[in-house]
Amino acid sequence: MVELTLPKNSRITVGKTWPKPAGAKNTRAFKIYRYDPDTGANPRVDTYFVDLDNCGPMILDALIKIKSEVDPTLTFRRSCREGICGSCAMNVDGINTLACIYGMDEVKGDVKIYPLPHMPVVKDLIPDLTHFYAQHASIMPWLETKTNRPADEWKQSISDRKKLDGLYECVMCACCSTSCPSYWWNSDRYIGPAAMLHAYRWIIDSRDEATGERLDELQDPFKLYRCHTIMNCTQTCPKGLNPAKAIAEIKKLMVERTI
Amino acid sequence: MSFKTDYKGVAGLGSAKDGTGHWVSQRLTAIALIPLGAMFLYPFMKSLGAGHDAVLATYSHPFHALIAIGFFVVAFRHLRLGMQEVIVDYIHSERTLMITMIANALVWRGFAVAGAFAVAKIALGA
Repeated sequence: MVELTLPKNSRITVGKTWPKPAGAKNTRAFKIYRYDPDTGANPRVDTYFVDLDNCGPMILDALIKIKSEVDPTLTFRRSCREGICGSCAMNVDGINTLACIYGMDEVKGDVKIYPLPHMPVVKDLIPDLTHFYAQHASIMPWLETKTNRPADEWKQSISDRKKLDGLYECVMCACCSTSCPSYWWNSDRYIGPAAMLHAYRWIIDSRDEATGERLDELQDPFKLYRCHTIMNCTQTCPKGLNPAKAIAEIKKLMVERTI
Repeated sequence: MSFKTDYKGVAGLGSAKDGTGHWVSQRLTAIALIPLGAMFLYPFMKSLGAGHDAVLATYSHPFHALIAIGFFVVAFRHLRLGMQEVIVDYIHSERTLMITMIANALVWRGFAVAGAFAVAKIALGA
């Protein structure tokens, strides 16, 4: 749904400014979105100061430091701290990214951290990704075969395997889908760049035998064709992948099977 | 209170098995408009302000008349397809969507027919 202004209960207010750490000489301000569903109050932006001389270089290092030493109520997802689990996806300085692999030196001035855009917020920096995961499930993210299962394994040539490079690395962090205006306005029916990249990963898998069914399922004015090649997905992907290209390849296959 | 699962919501009414024709047509009309636009605009701009007789003379020529009719047909088709995308992107109320989609399907076709008729009338001298 198009929403050019935030609904009343989502408007952001000025929050608390926490004291600077005692004795710190080299501090940096972090302005972080806070929302607590239990209070019913509007979201606010709290300001924290982090002692850079005593902190790791990544955004996530600072968040963990704030949570450990300043404010234990600050809530965010994190796990692997090396860009492989996709948990700590958030909007840092206007860019959707993984906090664990985004360096503080990449941000000028105060570090502004918000949850992924245009998603329901569970708490603080945690968006509700249930719908996003259901979209992923809808593209059948598994090998579909009709031929009898071979005795040992489904074989794949080296060159066919190479076609999956740049696709299999996706960690489903949702940075791309939540950066896409088409996804903001129509995520109820448009399945978004992440699910589409995964769909393409199975469409071009040489072992998969459901290519036609997969294309059938995507051939829809909303599921696929809400993509207008805006390219935010590719620009923001913290893993350096190219969902826009995957979508373009799907569109090419759609044309190829009609002529 | 609804107990529908998220998967149910995503699956919706299933795939429309449609959209590729629209996508292809939008691109083909865009490509066609490059030469058609140039060939239409050049005599059009030239005859602008040149008087009624000059305009009649230009569009009495079969080549200019055909290009002009082709331009109207292709340009308004391209406009209709493009507007449909904008409408579907931004309008979500079912009622408004239905009304604008119908209007969009009819209005531009009307414009194309009117434009083609006007040029044909001059070309055929009727």
